[in-house]
Amino acid sequence: MSTLLWIVVPYACLTVFVVGHVWRWRHDQFGWTTHTSQLLESRILRLASPLFHLGALGVIGGHVVGLLVPASVTEALHVSEHVYHATAVWGGTVTGLMLVVGLTLLIVRRRMTPRVFRVTTRMDKALFLALGVMAALGMTATVAVNLLGSGYDYRETIAVWFRSVFYFSPRSELMTEAPLVYQLHALGGFVFLALWPFTRLVHVWSAPLAYLWRPYVVYRARRGAVPAASPRPAEVRDRVGPGAAAR
Amino acid sequence: MRIRAQVAMVMNLDKCIGCHTCSVTCKQTWTNREGTEYVWFNNVETKPGIGYPKHYEDQEKWKGGWQLDSKGRLVLRSGGRGKRLSRIFANPDLPTLEDYYEPATFDKDVLVNAPAGLSDTPVKQPRSALTGEPMALEWGANWEDSLGGAHERAGADPNLVAMDPEAAARVKFEFEKTFMFHLPRICEHCLNPACVSACPSGAMYKREEDGIVLVDQDRCRGWRMCVTACPYKKVYVNHSTGKAEKCTFCFPRIEAGQPTVCSETCVGRLRYLGIVLYDEDAVLAAASVEDEHDLLDAQRQVFLDPRDPAVAAAALEAGMPQEWVDAAVASPVWRLISDYKVALPLHPEYRTLPMVWYVPPLSPVLDAVGAAGRDDADADEVFHTIRDLRIPVEYLAELFTAGDADAVAGVLMKLAGMRSYMRARTLDGTVAAEICEAIGMTGPEIEAMYRLLAIAKYDERYVIPKAYSKDAAALEAQAAATADCSLDCEGGPGMGGDGPGEGASVPATVERFHLVDDAGSVRPGRKALFERRSDGRLGLTIDPAGA
Repeated sequence: MSTLLWIVVPYACLTVFVVGHVWRWRHDQFGWTTHTSQLLESRILRLASPLFHLGALGVIGGHVVGLLVPASVTEALHVSEHVYHATAVWGGTVTGLMLVVGLTLLIVRRRMTPRVFRVTTRMDKALFLALGVMAALGMTATVAVNLLGSGYDYRETIAVWFRSVFYFSPRSELMTEAPLVYQLHALGGFVFLALWPFTRLVHVWSAPLAYLWRPYVVYRARRGAVPAASPRPAEVRDRVGPGAAAR
Repeated sequence: MRIRAQVAMVMNLDKCIGCHTCSVTCKQTWTNREGTEYVWFNNVETKPGIGYPKHYEDQEKWKGGWQLDSKGRLVLRSGGRGKRLSRIFANPDLPTLEDYYEPATFDKDVLVNAPAGLSDTPVKQPRSALTGEPMALEWGANWEDSLGGAHERAGADPNLVAMDPEAAARVKFEFEKTFMFHLPRICEHCLNPACVSACPSGAMYKREEDGIVLVDQDRCRGWRMCVTACPYKKVYVNHSTGKAEKCTFCFPRIEAGQPTVCSETCVGRLRYLGIVLYDEDAVLAAASVEDEHDLLDAQRQVFLDPRDPAVAAAALEAGMPQEWVDAAVASPVWRLISDYKVALPLHPEYRTLPMVWYVPPLSPVLDAVGAAGRDDADADEVFHTIRDLRIPVEYLAELFTAGDADAVAGVLMKLAGMRSYMRARTLDGTVAAEICEAIGMTGPEIEAMYRLLAIAKYDERYVIPKAYSKDAAALEAQAAATADCSLDCEGGPGMGGDGPGEGASVPATVERFHLVDDAGSVRPGRKALFERRSDGRLGLTIDPAGA
């Protein structure tokens, strides 16, 4: 069971993540978009979308630091355990709250605005569900366990396991002891990654940073063969019109 | 000097009767799909009026086009690159559907299936084409047609707001005497396109060969900055595909030497198509001229005279075929803009160097002449009226010359002079030398201009050289090697991703325009509001009982 959950599922999900992206990039450039609905509803979006996106960027940053940076590195940088913990908990709570509030507003907006609801696909609904579940689990872990509760040092277990997955020597035994909410969040995280390439989330990889140094006006040569010239109306008339046969 | 060719258009507004045929044929060709219900690549507005989308000319509000910063540098009005990216999560200057209009449809089955013997006449109810819900029709793309509701709303026309209040009040008063004209609008395919400059993905581009501005549907990521940046609001979001779409200048037709659909079907024959040669290196300087009144001349000077042997040689050097140089010489657009100088750009103060120009309408002025009790056939009286009655000249100036009334008056006098000259020529057989002198044209010039404006035939109005490839030989070899390559080409020249590249022998026909083969399959998972019925018509799938 432990092998299935903490070794098989992560690798399966990561495979889907990678292969899915390659497939989508090669076969669905046309569908590769943010799928903006601001045209249809702008008032709520103008508050909710920046809240959600900035919160999400903070949350992603927090996960990167928490999962990918080993405790030994922060120690070497003379970041005390207390400072690290306080930064992680408060940073996570604030950005997490922004994400949750933004996401809630976005979901309400999507459901309550008939126009927007109509352009909502099944994948959108799956995405919103996954985001909601992940946010709820993550906030529980951050607020209930670490802020209000006794705390749990995931850097010694979950983070080590997470990195071990990428070293191809997964240490599933580290996960069996973790609290349930962390287990669910970690597992959900991988499922979420597997969902990623099939949703509008792919727009994340198209963040247009190259715009900052590109020349303003883009010129491109036309491609493809040159079409044959079409006959002018007068030519067609002369060819098929009355009297054409006489000529 | 970097010489380029641009396919450009001139519309003679005096001949527009506001029939909307251009809009309808364009819509049938390009935007009769789910997601583009509200989109009109071509629309016809009545001026004075607030336009489509509402108040689009108010750049204080919509932040379209370019402006000069405090150091005199040309910057997008919507801000620099960093500011634009900072607003990527929510664009505060994006028009919403209410600023266009909510597209409606009708449940006609109620009428078709009405049983006999009803005591009341059955009524088809308008329903939102987006949600299927019943709705009230309160606005549309041509809601103000022929001044409909102008007494209530036209005072909000941004061009009137910009005028001297007293003059604006007089224009408003003139509404009741029906001072109006129609203004057909398409994408301007600008030389300095703000939409292209604002596209974070680099999906929008200007074609090197003919200057047509297109959106690569495969590269557009839906950041929607182009909509804000375009001061003419001629880039639209397809809410079904989540991508930007715009007027394509009917590039498959242009490539085959055919006029655009809007031009081809124009009942008044008021559209002219041709190429102009211009110097790309001169564009930035022309757009950066400090005084707005100098913009018109600066834009004219970007164009190169194709009759100049040095220009022709440079064009050939740059890879243009001789046919293109010949077409530039014969271009009716070039003649109207640079020879006769009677065509003017729409809102040059946006600094995008638009490439659809307009011959301003003389008829509202002639109406004013008549209303003032003067003879509208007498050039002198018309000249005086143009000078004395600043209305509607000042209004036209807001549209076409950044407020320079003298420039518009000059054009109107040329048109009035041509009218009087031809009247004398036709009725009396005399040559009115004093008119030639007054408007600074020779008799043969006036007659040539008259012919072009009044009776030019198809081949004179549309001088479109066939598309060429800079490396034609290589392309032909490639086409021969891979006969069916077209569908696999990445990043094709425009909408749909692929150009008409099926090989050199296939004529480009209207039937190949469909952007998607099956509109219903664009958004998998989305419930279709319409279904194709067995009779081929689109039917609204609403349960009448549930209504």
